[in-house]
Amino acid sequence: MSKSYFDETHCAIGHPKSTFMQWMLTVDHKRIGLMYAAVMFTFFFIAVSTALLMRFELFAPGQQFIDGDTFNQAFTLHGVIMIFLFIVPGIPAVFGNIVMPLMIGAKDVSFPRLNWFTFWLYIFGSAIAIASLFTDAGFADTGWTFYAPYSLNTGTNVIFTLVAAFVLGMASILTGLNFLVTIHRLRAPGMTFFKMPLFVWGIYATAWIQLLATPVVGITLILAIMEKYFGIGIFDPSKGGDPVLFEHLFWIYSHPAVYLMILPAFGIMSEIIPVFSRREIFGYRTIALSSASIAGIGYLVWGHHLYTSGMADIAKTVFSLLTFFVAIPTGIKFYDWIATMYKGKIVLSTPMLWAMGTIITFAIGGLTGVTIAMIGVDIHLQDTYYTVAHFHYAMLGGVVFLFFAGMHYWFPLVTGKMYDEPKAKIAFYMQFVGFNLLWFPMFIAGFLGMPRRYFDYLPEFQIYHQFSFFGALLFVAGLVFMFWVFYKGWTKGEKVGPNPWHATTLEWHMPTSPPPLENHSKVPYVDFDPYEYHHGEPVVKFDYETMRRID
Amino acid sequence: MAHEYIPEISTDRDGTEHVVQGWQDDFYGGKLGFWLFMFTEVLMFGAMFLVLTYYKMLHPADFVAASASLNRFLGGTNTVILLVSALTMGLSLLKMRAGDVKGAKLMIWATIILALMFLSIKAVEWTAEYNHGVFLGLDALQSGNPHSKPFGEILFFGMYFTMTGIHGFHIIIGIGLMVWLLKRINAGKVSPEHHILHWNIALYWDIVHLIWVFVFPYFYMIGAASGGTGGH
Ligand code: HEM
Ligand SMILES: [Cu+2]
Repeated sequence: MSKSYFDETHCAIGHPKSTFMQWMLTVDHKRIGLMYAAVMFTFFFIAVSTALLMRFELFAPGQQFIDGDTFNQAFTLHGVIMIFLFIVPGIPAVFGNIVMPLMIGAKDVSFPRLNWFTFWLYIFGSAIAIASLFTDAGFADTGWTFYAPYSLNTGTNVIFTLVAAFVLGMASILTGLNFLVTIHRLRAPGMTFFKMPLFVWGIYATAWIQLLATPVVGITLILAIMEKYFGIGIFDPSKGGDPVLFEHLFWIYSHPAVYLMILPAFGIMSEIIPVFSRREIFGYRTIALSSASIAGIGYLVWGHHLYTSGMADIAKTVFSLLTFFVAIPTGIKFYDWIATMYKGKIVLSTPMLWAMGTIITFAIGGLTGVTIAMIGVDIHLQDTYYTVAHFHYAMLGGVVFLFFAGMHYWFPLVTGKMYDEPKAKIAFYMQFVGFNLLWFPMFIAGFLGMPRRYFDYLPEFQIYHQFSFFGALLFVAGLVFMFWVFYKGWTKGEKVGPNPWHATTLEWHMPTSPPPLENHSKVPYVDFDPYEYHHGEPVVKFDYETMRRID
Repeated sequence: MAHEYIPEISTDRDGTEHVVQGWQDDFYGGKLGFWLFMFTEVLMFGAMFLVLTYYKMLHPADFVAASASLNRFLGGTNTVILLVSALTMGLSLLKMRAGDVKGAKLMIWATIILALMFLSIKAVEWTAEYNHGVFLGLDALQSGNPHSKPFGEILFFGMYFTMTGIHGFHIIIGIGLMVWLLKRINAGKVSPEHHILHWNIALYWDIVHLIWVFVFPYFYMIGAASGGTGGH
């Protein structure tokens, strides 16, 4: 039997004998991606448990299980983990690592050692964040946004979290840098930018955001630390500083960061839709360029988070207008995906189910986003559950759903096995229904005035919180079930060949399944488009030994 | 490892052969990566300059007054030292590329010494400021006590210590990098044929001095007209 990347590896330092050390020191992009996934989902489950705790607390008005201060720490922990430890490294760290080099026919990323170092930097940063749970002062209670001046005055341990976010930002920058150079330098001969799979386009646009936006938040966090320790004054009104400046600097990064989350997810969508419609993607160039323009416009809209913070009216108007513009490239993508499905031979496998579910949930998340981009509406809805529901629809119902779609789609590539399709579909329906039950009522509650970040509420909101509670239970049950299906699939699943989905892109043309250590047996010459189908069958066929076309 | 790397060949349908760029031995890729990294440095300092500009607009007079009290003689000396060190670093790279490894090492040593001089002068400056009661955490930079400086000056000095501090930190990192570079040269890992590391560290040093070229006038020169050279 031929060897796969599970059997052998290259290491950053020496060639240790033990399997464990080989994993710890590995520079192979596929192994690094898997390790990211393992760590990130561990954190994800911690954050989900914290969310459940909050939902239990919110089941009835008044205090049930935790007091207000603990609740504040709970939503901060939940937000910090979900954002900085889970979704920002997110899809790039996992699938950008595992799949992107395969898609462009490279043997690894441009700087494999740096990739290894970045992974450990990520672990280091995460460890700092988690460590503050065990300090005397306790985890920060500022919310994941660390707004000054509260973050400067609170007695909880904000410093650890700020340092952690800075270190994680460094890791994110280095990942982006590595991918940018990889995509520029290591594409297989013949693969021009417009022959790249759309997932690679998504990673490419994301990498630019990682590189260009993260330094700003990095320095903002440093300035906040300087402020807290040395009192340099710049965010402190008692010394003439301006706390709103912190909000600006924070959102200059954190708004582009939401595109940094969603663009690779859109990339996954653009892979899945043509493969399971057995049709060439509609409007390839518009999808590719809309990723780039979302990344570009996304820099200029951060002010929509500050409508109620004190900003000139003219600035508000401009930010509002620019925010609407982001909806245009996003709308183009949706149009293209639906047009691809039109008259396609749709195969309703689990990845496709997730993708189609996301079209619904992300549309809700995106359109409600447009509503709160309007200044007047947002004055009413800012800091209510309407906003919280909006971003959960966008992040959970958009990014995380597509992440799950990708996990189903690339599962046979990574493991060489297949999960149980009928069970995976049940898990999808549980999560889809549970998710909507969990978050849709919160739109209404928020619209009626339920504020965010409160552990208590007026009795009139109880009914919505109770729907939400049962939705959360169903969702989490589906989540656990889905991971169980993955586990069973990996241990007991049926072995499948290299290309079970009849897909066209290069990661499915491996000599073995799972792929060998250095990927394709030979680097192919790319003189074809990424999604060529003819009568529902892939056009391009390879001899997997020589990687020359045989069609 | 990198030395015996032979690039792969990929063959298209007409039988034409194309050389594949691997991650190994990718000089251009190494340069591109480091340029991108330097770009993030520029953005970090850029954000701080933005903060500075904002507060200067709010408190122009305080900023000039605070700047007047800085020591332009020491700051100016340090500027000259850094500019010369950029020259020696550049020369070391030129010598390396020309095959003169010994000369390259000598020039790196010169750069390290200049960097240490920069740090020493910086230390003298900060100490003098501390003795004058102007330092992070001292009364003058706190609000609400008899020694408190006006808002604009507090903000000026807050940013002054932060930015020159972060810049100084970059100098320290730079010295570390140069020492490492010397070790790599001695080990034969960096040679006239394989000098990407040298190239990138020279680039790093250039950015560090370039940032100073902006930091110096912004802090030291805006108050020059009223402050003379000596400052404190
Ligand atoms: C498992 C399902 C989830 C549940 C039940 C849940 C529940 C909650 C709840 C109850 C809050 C507090 C709202 C408040 O009091 O203001 C919250 C906040 C938040 N959630 Fe989730 N959430 C889930 C998944 C996610 C995911 C996947 C993400 C992002 C990837 C996320 C990101 C956030 C953020 C950023 C906040 C704001 C924290 C803050 O206010 O600082 N959540 N969530
Ligand atoms: Cu935003």
